[in-house]
Amino acid sequence: MTTVIPTATDVSLRELEAEAIEIIREVVAEFDRPALLFSGGKDSAVLLHLARKAVWPAPLPITLLHVDTGHNLPEVLDFRDQVVAEGGHRLVVAEVEKWLADGRLTERPDGTRNPLQTVPLLDTIADQRFDALLGGARRDEDRARAKERIFSVRDAFGSWDPRKQRPELWRIYNGRHAPGEHTRVFPISNWTELDVWRYIAAENVALPSIYYAHERPVFQRDGMWLTPGPWGGPRGSETLQTRSVRYRTVGDGSCTGAVESSAGTIAEVIEEISVSTLTERGATRADDRLSEAAMEDRKREGYF
Amino acid sequence: MTITESTATDVASRDQLRLVIAGSVDDGKSTLVGRLLHDTKSILADQFEATLHASQGRGATEIDLALLTDGLRAEREQGITIDVAYRYFATPRRSFVLADTPGHVQYTRNTVTGASTADAAVVLVDVRGGVSAQTRRHAAVLSLLRVPHVVFAINKMDAVDWSEERFAQVADDVRDVAARVGLSAPEILPISALTGENVAAPGPDWYAGLPLLTVLEELPTRIADVDEPFRLPVQLVIRPRTAEHPDYRGLAGRVASGTISVGDSVTAYPSGTSSVVVGIDGATGELEQARVGDSITLRLADELDIARGEVLTTSNPIRTTQQLDAVLTWLDERPPAPRQRVLVKVGTKTTRAMLGAVQGVWHVDDLCWQDSSAPLQLNDIGRVSVQLAEPVAVDDYADQRATGAFVVIDPDTGATLAAGLTGADLGALTTA
Repeated sequence: MTTVIPTATDVSLRELEAEAIEIIREVVAEFDRPALLFSGGKDSAVLLHLARKAVWPAPLPITLLHVDTGHNLPEVLDFRDQVVAEGGHRLVVAEVEKWLADGRLTERPDGTRNPLQTVPLLDTIADQRFDALLGGARRDEDRARAKERIFSVRDAFGSWDPRKQRPELWRIYNGRHAPGEHTRVFPISNWTELDVWRYIAAENVALPSIYYAHERPVFQRDGMWLTPGPWGGPRGSETLQTRSVRYRTVGDGSCTGAVESSAGTIAEVIEEISVSTLTERGATRADDRLSEAAMEDRKREGYF
Repeated sequence: MTITESTATDVASRDQLRLVIAGSVDDGKSTLVGRLLHDTKSILADQFEATLHASQGRGATEIDLALLTDGLRAEREQGITIDVAYRYFATPRRSFVLADTPGHVQYTRNTVTGASTADAAVVLVDVRGGVSAQTRRHAAVLSLLRVPHVVFAINKMDAVDWSEERFAQVADDVRDVAARVGLSAPEILPISALTGENVAAPGPDWYAGLPLLTVLEELPTRIADVDEPFRLPVQLVIRPRTAEHPDYRGLAGRVASGTISVGDSVTAYPSGTSSVVVGIDGATGELEQARVGDSITLRLADELDIARGEVLTTSNPIRTTQQLDAVLTWLDERPPAPRQRVLVKVGTKTTRAMLGAVQGVWHVDDLCWQDSSAPLQLNDIGRVSVQLAEPVAVDDYADQRATGAFVVIDPDTGATLAAGLTGADLGALTTA
């Protein structure tokens, strides 16, 4: 079996890139205060890379926004800060812990903070008067996301009503909204996980080290390898052991697991994904396993 | 995803095809979508298991591929598909972006939406019922929207024991409908989405043609259309004014049709100003030539006052007008008021506009225009003259999809009210 690293001549990849750049340019042209959701994850790293290309050689006229659950791996936060410093970007961080500290939010019994991101996100959008939010969500991630528009208008509660979506015709994007509403924009909607990795390879996009195989003390829960941290460690019969793992997504440490892997390079990761039998969310995200409609329910509440 | 089995040449030349599948649950549409995903190995084990689990939860003993794609809680509870969903599958030769449109009450609205971006369409026909009113509607809308390739798949062949005679009868009826809506020589093929025969797997001995997936892999894409006139709607003027790039000035946009090379003369419309291309900055660096689909930034020899909303052309000029004689598909629950004030977005230009009186409505069941001046209702297709506050550069939709299309927007709510096609004469539909 020979793995091929697709090059810059890959036609379908360049089509996806051109489409994403077109969408980002529409946002820069039509909105006054756009922000880009930047978690340090691979999709947001690719999105930022595309946004820089879209306005090159001008500086990026878009603020980066990170909703920090306080449950992030240090490698990811270091990467985030490094990217911001090197690019000279403006970063706004909404720390979930501030909302917990003053009682606007309450910790959940299971310790996961993923669902707690929605309120800080909406409060920050209102405080900063952001009118457009670029996000790295992809339609191949989930059945609910498969029905999402590229331009998705949200009310002040951020809620997504799949029945009231605007028809999206040709490549004419309509992000017009009433005061108090905002538009979420997903330029890499049509990319798959493999497309993202092929693009990372073709463009040499930098990522946090946790995306590549490394030795890490982990414990197993619900079939996932979790890292101990402020969100908790092994309990009961769970035991800590050192394994060679990598992460497929970046998320709240309490519900985002690593996969056993020996893929230490981009090429090896692409090979691994190509033969993987599990989706990235199915493999590593407990938050999406809650029910058949877990993502749909969270989107309705204003989550991405 | 079979990337590991491909050769370097295969993957590097793999292109993208945007596909829409038109048909209802009764025609087996969700089953076909599930089949395409399954047979191209685009369904992974956890999705498969979740779908199997969901199927069993509804009393089925085998996997119901329809449940793979009917995603939302609201849909599953009601057993319907309420909106366009996008799916992805790939073969070593081509990656597919599939717009999965439901065939229910909102059929016209959803089919127009899905068809507007499609390079190709598959219309499903149940071999047992043959051509239906819905087949005619779908064919008419796909023809109106100028989808470059329309393939008719006669489904559920397993239910008629793959009767060649029955297939031939239905195929004859399909050819009649296609001719009436102006679709010339459409591809018609028998399939069973349920069993997979003639989808990715081979068909019966009596069928000489290729399976559906192979047909879709071999359709030409618009990247081949380099002989079309050059069109670049300007999205942004990029002027960094930084220490590093103090004098850089570029016109950014995505090539809507044709090609452009360094040294070409360009003219912007509506302003009519001209200059020469001295540089093309593409996504991968400086280019000598760019073509349809590329997102680029053009540098010109002269510093012209060109703004967002103008369209750059080369030798073949574009029309500048303040009145659009158009065909509108009305997409909103509320019909338009007389002389309703709206916004029109054509390409990258948004301008105030006023809707004129209706001059005829397309009757989708009888495939003809009817005299009518009644306001357009949801899902109506009608001829309307639209008065614009400012001139815009447009082509006739029949000539250029990308620069002949527009949307009508409610200035207060921002809702998308209608899909517009410029040019009163839309070919076969006017003469059917």
